[in-house]
Formats: sequence, structure tokens, C-alpha cells
Amino acid sequence: MTFTGFLIYKALLVLIVFTISLVIAMYSTYAERKVAAFMQDRLGPNRAGPFGLLQPLADGLKMFMKEEIIPNVSNKFLFILGPSIAMFTSCVTGAVIPWGGSLHIGGNVYPLQVTDINIGILYIMAITSIGVYGIMIGGWASNNKYSLLGALRASSQMISYEIAMGLAIIALVMHTGTLSLNKIAAMQTGWHWNIIYQPVGFIIFLICAFAETNRTPFDLPESDSELIGGYHTEYSSMKLGFYLFAEYINMFISSAIIATLYFGGYHMPFIDRLGLSDNFGAILGIVFLFSKIFFFIFFFMWVRWTLPRFRYDQLMNLGWKVLIPLSIFNVAFTGTLMWIFGRIH
Amino acid sequence: MQALTTRSKIAVNKKMTFMERIYIPAILGGMAITLRHFFKKKVTIQYPEQQREFAPIYRGHHVLKRDENGAERCTACGLCAVACPAEAITMVAAERKKGEEALYREEKYAEIYEINMLRCIFCGLCEEACPKEAIFLTDEMVLTDYARAGFVHGKDKLVEPMDKDKRIDVSKRQTKEVAEFKKHPEYAHNQVYTKSLKA
Amino acid sequence: MTQDHLQKYLFLVLGLFAVLSALMVVFTKNPVHSVLYLVLAFFAITGEYILLNAQFIAIVNIIVYAGAIMVLFLFVIMLLNLNKETEPHKNPYLKFAAVITSGLLLIVIVGSLKAADNAIATPYQGGKGLIENLAEVLFHQFLLPFEVSSILFLAAMVGAVMLGKKDIK
Repeated sequence: MTFTGFLIYKALLVLIVFTISLVIAMYSTYAERKVAAFMQDRLGPNRAGPFGLLQPLADGLKMFMKEEIIPNVSNKFLFILGPSIAMFTSCVTGAVIPWGGSLHIGGNVYPLQVTDINIGILYIMAITSIGVYGIMIGGWASNNKYSLLGALRASSQMISYEIAMGLAIIALVMHTGTLSLNKIAAMQTGWHWNIIYQPVGFIIFLICAFAETNRTPFDLPESDSELIGGYHTEYSSMKLGFYLFAEYINMFISSAIIATLYFGGYHMPFIDRLGLSDNFGAILGIVFLFSKIFFFIFFFMWVRWTLPRFRYDQLMNLGWKVLIPLSIFNVAFTGTLMWIFGRIH
Repeated sequence: MQALTTRSKIAVNKKMTFMERIYIPAILGGMAITLRHFFKKKVTIQYPEQQREFAPIYRGHHVLKRDENGAERCTACGLCAVACPAEAITMVAAERKKGEEALYREEKYAEIYEINMLRCIFCGLCEEACPKEAIFLTDEMVLTDYARAGFVHGKDKLVEPMDKDKRIDVSKRQTKEVAEFKKHPEYAHNQVYTKSLKA
Repeated sequence: MTQDHLQKYLFLVLGLFAVLSALMVVFTKNPVHSVLYLVLAFFAITGEYILLNAQFIAIVNIIVYAGAIMVLFLFVIMLLNLNKETEPHKNPYLKFAAVITSGLLLIVIVGSLKAADNAIATPYQGGKGLIENLAEVLFHQFLLPFEVSSILFLAAMVGAVMLGKKDIK
């Protein structure tokens, strides 16, 4: 592959990943409303287009047409920076996720991953920790007490759950022996999904993923009944849209990460025995990965419309007194098992 | 005292067992419930296409009836206004002039007849009080408005159209009991609807 | 433009950016802006790390400094609600002491940099900062200091918990 060809291929891949994230986020809003409606014995949006499929477009149009309000007493630059950071951080995470195996076209190998850095998991952790700034800056720049309280809640919640999340990942990394998401996905062939080796780690990671994406039951930063809208109280128009959109992209990306880390990524048991051609297998892998992702997006919504919101002290108790000790225990347990099975020298 | 529901549980502050404290079984139970509802039949009625059936005795917007010749039945006696518990009805009476016999049934008629729909509680007492079978509550809804003034419905909105085809049918509100009651000689002068009901 | 040139310019731009944002940390009046400039400085330094092919250190720099410590800083500043009216009047002696200590620190840093050999790290070569090599060094050569430092952190954590507890019997 020439350098120019490489650049074009990567640019194309970035564009596709970006578009898919945005489209899925867009239709997640529709799916969320549909799921909520169905779980409450309602029909949900069904007026705009067949089955209401054009509803996200109508919502987007509405968002763009709304009046843009920047409060007088706010810090204008930071007020705009906040949602931009939130959107940016949720979009760049998709770069390290392996969306499938490799395509072999004309003697060249095209891996379906934007970049395979050898510290992929840490990259995701770093981006998540930057994501806090989007909320914090936005909440502070609004110059509104509810926004500030929401921002403080968001950041303390995200910092607290990042620790348990990191520890859950450490146990996983001990098992896999690599930080590269590509290698982690590639090693889970057949039924060797990591969930079998790391069930406790998976539950911790899942709970932390809920907390990191600010989804119910951890949606305290924007709890309407207490904080009006939380950190985005003062936001309107597309700046609000950015915050809401970023949440849905985060949900999509965390579903992808959960599927990649614990559920075999683009693998499916027994498919490798069929003896399919490489390219067809890679495309089928994308389909498998996305079906897993869609299941987890549904799971996020399912939980949202089932569980009530935590109280703030319950949230902190769960994070610090339950999840962190549990994840440390999980690390120790994993280490002991590896020592027993002679994988540590 | 009789229990209001069969599903009530008595709250006890007992110490939770370990299985209860990890909450996961309870969460899974809750999620099973929501999933079950996911596949249940939906109760939504899609309004403009589907409409919920009204009860036969639904009390909606009022109508001031005309008799079979198209003359207004109301004689502005004021009994409805007196009966009204919400004091929503006001009227001004006037004397019928020569040549207006086709318009008004009695010598006295209501020049202004207003019902404040914001005050009205749709109890139907006006209908009950009316000796002339002039006011009825129909199964039409009271439409909303942007201003308070729009809710004070005058004769333009209350009196039914002159055209016979456009008359508002209230015959189903005349139950047998009402018809029986109206047979009383006191109401002998006013038997239009009772007759039509018998036919 | 060769790759070397590109890296050189990138290094210069990032360095300039880091220095400028570090200066802005000192010169801005608003403490929240100061913290945000400091975050920018950290990002520039992370860029330098990546140029040195030290990906692990670069990412950890973001996670720990930009992602955790600076958020806590921001947290405290937002809660304190610092602004011009509530800024306490500083003692001139305190200012004098601050100038002397920071001057001494500058002398120490300049002195230590002068003593170090002038070999400039070659950008994007040698994987010293890669995670495998780093783990090799940390868990073999420097295992004892590494573990001792973790005890230090544990002690600090226990101390923080003790300070945070309201009623100690």
C-alpha cells in the first residue's frame, strides 16, 4: 500500500466510523422513545414517516431551528466549549475499536480499525476522563447553581467510578496480557469470550459504564426532579443537542467496548469452523459485532426504564464501598487463579 | 377497615438477607416485568383515526334546542342559572316583537345567553331544571381557546342551527325514566322529544 | 518536508504551546481559567511524550494529571467560588517569601539541567516509553522502589481518610 493510499483508506475509515456513530446515536433517540413506550404499554413515535422512522430528523430539525440562548452572565467562550468537548470526546473514542477482522482486497490487508495503538484500553480511559471537562466546563460557565451542582455531581461520579472501571480492566488485562483492543478481540475466538473468564469484572465494568455515560440509574447529574436539567439547564438549541447527542454516542461506544472486551468482539462461536472466505468472514464479523452492540444499547434502555435513580449517598457508597473493594478482590482472585494454573512465572 | 387493594404489603424494617442486599435478584425481577410489558398489547388509542366511544350519558358542550319549526325553545326563565352550582350561566331576557314568532317559541326569550365554560362543571343540573327542554348537554367537547374571553360561549355557539339536517340529536339522552317523568301533566305542553322517543 | 523536519516543527510548536499556556496559568486572574490553561499545558506535554514514542507515559499523563488531578482542582475551585471580591489581601512578607522560594526552585532546576548531559532524546525512536519495556524496568529492575512507593500512597490514603473522618475515638 502506498502512503497516499494508506491515508485515503484511513480517512475513509474515520469518515465511516464517524458517520455510523452519528447515525446510530440519532436512531438511539428514536429507539429510546420506542423502548420506553413499549415498556409502558404505549406505541411511541409513529407519525413521522413509516413507524415514525423520520422522527430523529424532525427532532434534529427542531433542535437546529430553536433559538440559541447564551445567558448574559455566563462565560461565553467556555459556555460554547463545554458541549464541544463533550461531543469531541465521545466521537474520538471509536478510533481504537476493532469493528471487524481484516479485508483482503487486491493483495492488500485492510484492518477494520482506525488505529491499533498498543494501549487502546488506556486511550479509552484517558478520553473518558477528558469527557468530564465537557460537563464541568459547561456547568460552571452557565453561572447557574443547578448547573454547577449537576456538573459537580457528574464529575465526582465519573471520577469515582473510573477507579472501579480501571480495576475491572486490570483484571481483564491480567487475563489477556495485552492492552491492545485489537489483540483482545482477536484472541476471543470460538467460545473463549472473556465474560467466561471475568464474570465479576464484567458486572463491575457494566455498572461503571452506566455511571460513566450518566445513564439511569446513575443519571444524577441531570436529575430533573432535583436539579431541573443539571449541567445543561441553561443550554438550548443545538448546544443542548450536542450534550444529548454525546450521551447517545457514549452509549453506543460503551456498548461497543463491552462487546469487544467481554463478548468476543466480532467473533461468534462455531462460525470459524464453517470455513468461510476471509472477506466474507470479516463482513459477517461486523454484523456480529453490531448485533452485540445493539443488544447492549437495548440493555442500556431496558435498565433505564426499569430502575429508579439512586440517591447520591447510595451512589457514592456503591462506588467506593462495594465496587472498588470488589474489583480489588477480583484482581487478587484472578492473580491467584493464574498462579494456580501456572500462567505466572 | 376494608383494604383498598389486594396488593398492599406491610412494611417491616427487618434486616435484609445477603441475597436481598446485593439487589441483583430484585433487579432481574424488575427487568423481567418490563420485558414482559414490552411484548404486551398496547393500550394507545390513535386519536384522529381511532376514537374512544363516548358514554351515552356523557356531558359535554351545551346546546340550546329549537322546536320542530325552528323557533328557539328557551324562554329565559332563569331556572338553569339558579340551578347552576358553578354560577356559569347568565342571561338577559327580552320580549318577542311582532313577526318574530318563527324565531322564538314563547313571548319572552333570551336576548343574551352566556355560559362560561371555564366555570361550568358539566353537572347537567341546568338540563334537569329546564322546564322547556331547551338546554341539553351533548357529547361534543368544549374546544380550547387562547383567551379567557373565548370560553364564554354566547348564543352563537350554543343555539343549534336552523337547518333541520344540522340539528343536534339529543334523543339518546332521553332515557325511559326521563320520558316517563315528563309525562306529568305539567309538561303536557312540551312533549316533542318524548313523542319522538316513543315512535 | 521529511519526517524529521515535521517532528522538529511539531516539537517546537508543542513546546511553545506548553510554555505559553503555562505562562497563562500564572497571568490569568480567574482561577478556573488558570486550571484550564494548566490542562492545556498538560496536553501539549502529552504531545511531546508521543513524539518521544512514550505512549504509555503520554496516556497516563492525561488520565492522571489532566483527567483526575485537574478535575479535583477544578472541583475545589468551583466549590470555593473564588472571585475578585472574596480574594484575601495577601501579606507582603508572604509575597516576599514566595518570590524567594520560587527563585530557589528555579536555581535548582537550572542547575540540575546544566549538570545533565546534553544528549537530546531522539524523537520517535527507541521504545523506552512503550508499555512492555516500562513494565520490564518497573517489575524487575526497580521492583522494590515501585512497591515502596505504593506503600507511600497507601499511607497517604489512610491519612486522608483519617483527616476526613469527623469523630475519631
